[in-house]
Amino acid sequence: MSTTKNEVLLQADKLTRRFGGLVANQDISVTLERQMIHVLLGPNGAGKSTCINMLSGDLPPSEGRIHYLGKDITALTAAQRSQVGIGRSYQRTNIFPQFTVLENVRLAAQSRRQQPWSLFTKAMEQKWALEKARACIDEAGLGKRVDWVSGVLSHGEQRQLEIAMVLATDAQVLLLDEPLAGMGSEESASMVEVLKRLRQTRGILLVEHDMDAVFAVADMITVMVNGQLLECGPPAQIKASVAVQQAYLGTEDSFHV
Amino acid sequence: MNANASLIPKLVALAIVACVPLSGESFYIEIVGKVLVMAIFAMSLDLLVGFTGLVSFGHAAYFGIAAYAVAILSPEYEAASLWYVLPASVGLSALAAFVIGLFVLRTKGIYFIMVTLAFAQMAYFIFHDTPLGGGSDGKYLNNKPSASIFGWEPFDLTNEVHMFYFVLAVLVLVYLFLARVLQSPFGRVLVGIKSNEHRMQSLGYLTFRYKLGAFTLAGALGGLAGFLYAVLFGFVTPELLSWHESGNVLLMVILGGMGNLAGAIAGAFAFEAMREIFADITKYWQLLMGGVIVAVVLFLPGGLAGVPGRIKRALQGGEAK
Repeated sequence: MSTTKNEVLLQADKLTRRFGGLVANQDISVTLERQMIHVLLGPNGAGKSTCINMLSGDLPPSEGRIHYLGKDITALTAAQRSQVGIGRSYQRTNIFPQFTVLENVRLAAQSRRQQPWSLFTKAMEQKWALEKARACIDEAGLGKRVDWVSGVLSHGEQRQLEIAMVLATDAQVLLLDEPLAGMGSEESASMVEVLKRLRQTRGILLVEHDMDAVFAVADMITVMVNGQLLECGPPAQIKASVAVQQAYLGTEDSFHV
Repeated sequence: MNANASLIPKLVALAIVACVPLSGESFYIEIVGKVLVMAIFAMSLDLLVGFTGLVSFGHAAYFGIAAYAVAILSPEYEAASLWYVLPASVGLSALAAFVIGLFVLRTKGIYFIMVTLAFAQMAYFIFHDTPLGGGSDGKYLNNKPSASIFGWEPFDLTNEVHMFYFVLAVLVLVYLFLARVLQSPFGRVLVGIKSNEHRMQSLGYLTFRYKLGAFTLAGALGGLAGFLYAVLFGFVTPELLSWHESGNVLLMVILGGMGNLAGAIAGAFAFEAMREIFADITKYWQLLMGGVIVAVVLFLPGGLAGVPGRIKRALQGGEAK
């Protein structure tokens, strides 16, 4: 697996998404490089989720193209994008609540080597998938909870579980929709550490509200307002931007920079 | 550990059922044989409803297609070979399920229920109204298939005891087969689809293909049950494909507890037993049956399969006090 620094993993060009007359995203371009955390920032209704849904394949764009490692993937479904190396987590926790943590992640690992015809193999005897699952659970910092039923985990742990599942699919691009939402400060801090660790070999695109966390991890920030791209640049540039401050003033109390 | 603990009651139940032919009463042998057939049918539907989350309301179609296939494929004046008509009829049901699955699996929820019903009704009218099926009177299977292999006859399906054990053996094999399949990577994907299909897709699973596989497999096993039914009774009618039958088998699965193979078998036994008992009491037996189903849904959400767990928990709760 090549891990060239600054290799462009994901490139979105002028993505536009219309819902009837409403333009949820207009001409949004985003570039994600390896070893980089790129944060999508914006007030509620800015179109961040629409954008991440177009990148993950959950929502087809009305216009624009998406390239992954130079290949046009605009027409691929969510399942096909997962197979090429784009994994995502969801804003609302999206796991298999009745399954154990291990089984959640094992299913994710199994998706890389699907053998639907081998009806007489026991899934729990596929060592490679189990080992991979355990490694990813550790990597996401959930090692203590391997055998727990995932539905009873704390909110923060479920978010970690989601990340472990994405990791188990060998994703090179992680699209994470508000991984810190609803977390306490301690959970949030440990998640930031996880994100920093994951950045070493992958590219992460993050939708996030938590300002402290955003500036703690971001290498690049894209600010969206009303479906438009307002500004894109490194954190220092965003902090200094007058346009960004104006857009936020009075609309988002949590924006303390 | 748990699997071994629940193995003993299953083996006891199997032994009791296996003793039925010792009674020598044709009535009991035939009626229990029928229940065993329905139990296979219910297990095949449970693969869809209980394990994959696909509520098919047209499963009788695959039962009926294979049942008609035996009657149609068998020559009028001599016995067909079991080793030809069995795979042929099951294969036809599987083929029908595959083709119908290509269409119905594009829908979800209530639409899936209605579209499976619509296809089953189409199948019903094909056998009811075209020369193929012999109209509303149905068709006789004059000669039960012969199990002979190059002149050697391991068993004789015209013998009611042999037929009974043949059905019982098929039931055990289907149970073991499905239990194994559910532990396979394929089976785990089905259960994942039931839990959260959208998540399975974002993990890179083309869920449509897995659902089509499950639908085809369920159709084939439903066909196996239909085949046995036709051979057991020696005649088939369009009513085998009617929506009443699709509803009955769905009720068996619900009664037994969805997502539990042994539950599906128990549900089939409970359903047929209630039908016999209530029909003895009153001609309005369906009213009583309906009441029981409502009560089970309200008070026993896990169906009959959930009862042992409830008793255990009640006992443990008692000890704690």
